[in-house]
Amino acid sequence: MRRLGEYILFLGRLFKNRESFRTYTKLILDECVLIGLNSIVLVSIVSVFMGAVSTLQTAYNLVNPLIPKNVIGLVVRDLTILELAPTITGIIFAGKVGSSIAGNLGTMRITEQIDALEVMGINSASYLVLPKIIATLLMYPFLVILAGTLAIGGGYLAAQYGGVLPPAEYFQGLKLEFNEFSVTFALIKSVVFAFLVSSISAYMGYFTKGGALEVGQSSTRAVTVSCIAILLSDFVLAQLLLI
Amino acid sequence: MIEVVNLTKSFGDKTVLNNISGVFEQGKTNLIIGASGSGKSVMLKNIVGLFTPDSGQVLYNGRNFVNADRDTKTDIRREIGMLFQGGALFDSKNVEQNVKFPLDVLTDMPEDEKLDRVNFVLKRVKLENTNKRMPSEISGGMQKRVGIARAIVNNSKYLFCDEPNSGLDPRTSIKIDQLLQEITDEYQITTVIVTHDMNSVMEIGEYILFISNSQKLWEGNNDDIIHSGVQELDDFVFANKMMRRFKAMG
Ligand SMILES: Nc1ncnc2c1ncn2[C@@H]1O[C@H](COP(=O)(O)OP(=O)(O)OP(=O)(O)O)[C@@H](O)[C@H]1O
Ligand SMILES: [Mg+2]
Repeated sequence: MRRLGEYILFLGRLFKNRESFRTYTKLILDECVLIGLNSIVLVSIVSVFMGAVSTLQTAYNLVNPLIPKNVIGLVVRDLTILELAPTITGIIFAGKVGSSIAGNLGTMRITEQIDALEVMGINSASYLVLPKIIATLLMYPFLVILAGTLAIGGGYLAAQYGGVLPPAEYFQGLKLEFNEFSVTFALIKSVVFAFLVSSISAYMGYFTKGGALEVGQSSTRAVTVSCIAILLSDFVLAQLLLI
Repeated sequence: MIEVVNLTKSFGDKTVLNNISGVFEQGKTNLIIGASGSGKSVMLKNIVGLFTPDSGQVLYNGRNFVNADRDTKTDIRREIGMLFQGGALFDSKNVEQNVKFPLDVLTDMPEDEKLDRVNFVLKRVKLENTNKRMPSEISGGMQKRVGIARAIVNNSKYLFCDEPNSGLDPRTSIKIDQLLQEITDEYQITTVIVTHDMNSVMEIGEYILFISNSQKLWEGNNDDIIHSGVQELDDFVFANKMMRRFKAMG
């Protein structure tokens, strides 16, 4: 509970006497590149397999001959857009980007780089953390869109080469009873997840005390807490917006 | 000149600094000395504003930093340079970017003027042709010198150093000490150095403030320190055999 209060105060500090807008633009761009490079390969690989495996398993479970095969396309589509793309990407993101944010800030803390900024009169929390959070908010939705697209592509590969249904039927299924809101919902989720992962990891790293060992612990804790926060907020958002 | 007046700082119920006062003069190398854990770093952090004292004043040429308004604090901060114990160089920036950083955030200087200034101070600390190296690629002594260059690049009036010699061999230590003293004299900076290195004390101790058991037990200079008559200080100064022999010889 005390930590939650500290976390909220920390978020408040990010917006107090900031540096100039120009300073942030460059920092944000640098962070965007870093975050993108950090996670794009793993997200892509996982997404393709996620889509392919979902297709195979849905096909495996669909034994009733009365249900047309193209339903597989529909199931994979909704599963991917609503849940798998934002959430699984979120978990990967927490592991790759969250731990790197916490490790980076933790190292800066224990090697007094944060003190050095403070002595120069810079609001170190805002200077170091705000660009990371904004860059995450900008990049993460793109990763989710990429993940969704690749997963559906992975489903096609399974259809084509796994021989579970003709690709034409798969594509037909994709267009069946499509509800645009599911895309909006996925994007809302991705913005929330991005904020949670980046701010929680930054908080864990920024308040590291001790030495190299503690930096490692902060990184691990950042990943664990981020994942829990993602899953909890996933549940809450589904409850609020879908039901 | 920096005046510290009745500075007190506790963490929880543990008093680390108890009513400490001292005057650090311009153009002098002022030392804060004491055993490990005696509160030297805490004192320095209170002076530069990384900690807020429980009571007492820190006057920078008469301006009290402790409860100054934001503008005064910003003004004073612009005049402060600090060398940290481990160098505290930004590890994602190269030497040149590190030294240029204070100019980037504190001034509106045009880029080429900044680079001229950076090259000037790098030359002053005897580090040429290292501009593009990363902090991880240079030695500890070089990192300290980059740290000094960064601390003085914005024409700092006040220079603070937390154990500038830690982790360096004796010869390199003396070179860093001499560099600090030269710079202090040349640019008439008010320099405050935290150390527990007796070589530094004897070499550059123009004013020395000794802290023990959270109190100031002695102040003076390197000529007087061996005749202080303060038991705790003698224990500190004559901790090694050579110094004891030196004392026995008179
Ligand atoms: N942020 C803090 N919170 C609580 N206690 C602290 C904090 N910083 C320092 N202390 C305590 O204050 C005391 C003095 O610490 P300080 O770092 O000033 O010692 P030092 O004289 O610089 O020692 P060294 O020569 O080893 O660097 C120590 O007992 C330390 O545990
Ligand atoms: Mg110390």
